[in-house]
Amino acid sequence: MLNYLIKRILQGVISIVGASAIIFAISRLDDPTLLLLPIDATPEMVENLRQRLGLDLPIVQQYLIFLGNALQGDFGNSYRWEQPALALILDRLPATLELAFAGLVFALALAIPFGVLSAVYRDSWFDNFAKLFAMLGQAMPNFWVGLLLILFVSVNLGWLPAFGREGFDSLIMPAIALGWYPVAAMTRMLRSTMLDVLDSDHVRMARAIGVPNRVVVWKYALRNAAVPLVTMLGIYFANMLSGAFVVEVIFAWPGMGRMVVEAMFARDFPLLQVGVLFSAILFVVVNLLVDLSYGVLDPRIRHD
Amino acid sequence: MNADPQAKVGQPVLKVDDLRTHIFLKRGTVQAVDGVSFHVNAGETLGLVGESGSGKSMTSLSILRLIPKPGARTVSGRIEIDGINVLDLDEDTMVRDVRGKLVSMISQDPMTSLNPVFSIGDQVGAAFRFHDLVRGRSAIRDAVVNVLQRVRIPSPERRLDDFPHQYSGGMRQRVVAAMAIACSPKLMIADEPTSNLDVTIQVQIIRLLREIQKETGVGLIFITHDMGVAANICDRVAVMYAGRIVEIGDVETIFDNPSHPYTQGLLDSIPHLGRRRERLYSIPGNPPDMQNPPSGCRFAARCPHVMDRCRSEYPPEATVAPGHMAACWLVGKNE
Repeated sequence: MLNYLIKRILQGVISIVGASAIIFAISRLDDPTLLLLPIDATPEMVENLRQRLGLDLPIVQQYLIFLGNALQGDFGNSYRWEQPALALILDRLPATLELAFAGLVFALALAIPFGVLSAVYRDSWFDNFAKLFAMLGQAMPNFWVGLLLILFVSVNLGWLPAFGREGFDSLIMPAIALGWYPVAAMTRMLRSTMLDVLDSDHVRMARAIGVPNRVVVWKYALRNAAVPLVTMLGIYFANMLSGAFVVEVIFAWPGMGRMVVEAMFARDFPLLQVGVLFSAILFVVVNLLVDLSYGVLDPRIRHD
Repeated sequence: MNADPQAKVGQPVLKVDDLRTHIFLKRGTVQAVDGVSFHVNAGETLGLVGESGSGKSMTSLSILRLIPKPGARTVSGRIEIDGINVLDLDEDTMVRDVRGKLVSMISQDPMTSLNPVFSIGDQVGAAFRFHDLVRGRSAIRDAVVNVLQRVRIPSPERRLDDFPHQYSGGMRQRVVAAMAIACSPKLMIADEPTSNLDVTIQVQIIRLLREIQKETGVGLIFITHDMGVAANICDRVAVMYAGRIVEIGDVETIFDNPSHPYTQGLLDSIPHLGRRRERLYSIPGNPPDMQNPPSGCRFAARCPHVMDRCRSEYPPEATVAPGHMAACWLVGKNE
């Protein structure tokens, strides 16, 4: 178990370093100095700035300097905000975590009952409704769901705030917009795995010795369907953490994703690098947690 | 409940009368079980023999009221277990008082019949927990150890928290048997419990089932497609073909004096050690389409002795000898 954990953490570190190298290389394809200086800057001023930012050095050397500093917790200052990039990202991280977690809770709260009940009542009106709902969910991009929610719930009905991060009310709509697609995907997957499990010999055996239906469905069968569900959930949660920027922009949510996108447009390399690095770290951590949860959910996959 | 089992031997624990279970598809109706009648006495083993699709598993699921929903439905008949017609009961009563307590099942494949993500103790304990027979964690644990001992699982107290994948195939089948006998049912349905096991383990399981029967006086329905296994364990044999019982009788009678051509065909298909034959015999043709079963005898198209009458009229159940019935015009010729 400990060996497995160490191996997995090392693998994660390699992934994160790899991600940092890629984002570092890609962001060096463009020169930010012209964006940072006034439009009438002289060539000397440009050269000066390039030297000050270390952009005149060979790219490999630049990367090694970046890595060396990063190991000491120094990711440089944001060009745009002129503050430590790490502090800026860490400041936004809680908002992103909060939003992704809320999106996940919303997705699970709908997907589990939908998936289970449409398998139990296969081909019923509920199953058809859930199928339609899942199809709509998978066909609607989250920015559009977000815009519709703002239009109907905020503008027309005035029930919830359309933007910002102030209290629970402002979290509801972004969470729904973010969780909408995963609800659909997880409902469909859970339905099909539950159908398989409910048809299995051990479920019939449990029924034959008088285990009540609710226990068979919600304990015996659902636990068997949990491994694929958790796998999918991990992928979506990692995506929500690193890819929530569209929803963050629509709802003016002060999260990491929005800041990274803004950094990209401003060629704010230090900020961009930290942002991407954090996305990579979150992705690796979530995947590790998912893998560790397999052992808890299914005794056959326990790591010795 | 724990009265002397010997006292009840000979009393019927199950009476099935004209059972019809049909599967309703968009394309039409499959008459999976179509007018089946038989009984099982306490302490007795009835073999239900037939090829796949003959309706033997559907019959057993009908008795448990566990036929797959939606689609299949028992449309008519009577199923009396210990004097109670289970077709009159609602689902709650079936769960609380019938399944596990009056009738239980030992299912086909030991490798898939146990839930892979729950411990053995948890799964066997369910039988006690949901029938409120034993209360409290440690009492249930003791009951589980006790029932695992009865199916001869060595040092069960140490293996209680293990999971099914840590048990061998034969041991898993014993666990399944333990779940089935936990609440001392009057009737047990064993659906091909040995077909996926090694021959040596098959023998052990059959021996175990016999011992359990001797101890408890439980009535046993043993479903198999293997005439050899049936000969080994059963007191009486019912041969099913295309949703109906074509012949039923004592095991010796069925083997010595098979009266239905289908039974004769089945017995001829058994390979015999030391008997030289060019090829193993098999009954020519296929079972009929059960969506549109033939109006006459369902075996007519494959029968070597077929007569004109067979194709138009279904033969009545004719008594060959007391306790020996065959549904064939050849038997009823003199009527």
